[in-house]
Parts: sequence; structure tokens; C-alpha cells
Amino acid sequence: MANPTLSKPQVSKQPMTTASVVVPLVAWLIPGAGHMMQKRWIRGGLLMFSIVTMFVLGLLMQGHVYHANGGDILDILGFVGDVGSGALYFVTLAKDWGHGAIEHATADYGTKYLIVAGLLNFISVADAYHIAIGKKS
Amino acid sequence: MTLELSHFSAALLFSIFASVVFGITQRNTPREQVRYGLYCFAMFFGGVFLAGWVMWILRR
Repeated sequence: MANPTLSKPQVSKQPMTTASVVVPLVAWLIPGAGHMMQKRWIRGGLLMFSIVTMFVLGLLMQGHVYHANGGDILDILGFVGDVGSGALYFVTLAKDWGHGAIEHATADYGTKYLIVAGLLNFISVADAYHIAIGKKS
Repeated sequence: MTLELSHFSAALLFSIFASVVFGITQRNTPREQVRYGLYCFAMFFGGVFLAGWVMWILRR
């Protein structure tokens, strides 16, 4: 029998604002833009430079870009990482880049660069969201 | 156009970019962000040298 004296843990709910929805979306599509929207120009610029440069270097190293798939778990995780780069990923798909070239020893580094750029952008999105809801300054 | 980086330069660039993002996103004040970014860079780059020496020892 449940103890009536034990109350449910209090969860503080953040009010949903337009910024708390729009900022993460923009931050995902354009790396660093979520911070810039909130007037964190230097932070946004550094994030944009780091993530975009990493993605472009990955492509230049002939890294492989994963497509949506339901096959091997590593391929699925690769897709999740890649799609984190937002618009960069969609432009890459549209231009049909990122086939990977196994004859280049550095192509595997490129694949990892592409995935990590997306994962770093996910962290950047979470940070922009925390600023939007006032959890971080 | 194909860019062929050495393993060392690829690790160096990776360390720089990842440290910048970690520094900015994981700390609040600019001073803390710079310190944490440098700490992450040292850990990444120190890890490269450590792993290199471990592999060298294992190869012997």
C-alpha cells in the first residue's frame, strides 16, 4: 500500500515560450545561430566556426556521410551524428557529396569529423536552449 | 579537392574544435569557459601523446 505521507518529487516546469522552441530549431539548422539570436555573438561565432570548419574538413578528407537507414546499428548511429549538423547535412545530401573514398587513408578521419561535428552541434543546441529558458546566462 | 591530414594534425584540429565547443557549452562565465576549454584541449592532446607512447611500448 502506498504511503500517503510520501509526496511525488517536485519537478519545476519551465513555461514554454516561443524562444524555447525556435532557438533550438534554428541552432540545429545553423550551428551557432541559436547563440547569435540571443546576442551571444562571440560564443555563437566560435561555435559556428568550430562546427562548420569541422564538417567541411570532414568532407574535404573524403569522409562518408550516412543516409537514413534501418540496418546496422553503427550506421544508424552514424546517421544520428551526421544529421546533428542540420542544414550542412541537408546541403551535403542535396549536392550528393560525402560518398567516402576508401583509397584515402584519411577518409576514415573525415567520417569521424562529420559525425563529431553533428554531435557537437547537439551540445550547442542544448546550450542555446538553456540560455533561452534562463537556466544559463 | 582532397585534404590529406596526418594522424597528428587531424588529432590536433579535432582537439581544438571540440575544446572550443566544450568550453563554451559546459561553463557559464567567459573566464571559466576559457579555463575549461584549455583543460579539455590539454586532456585531448595529452591523451594523444599518452596513447602514442602506450602503442610504442606495446609494439616493443
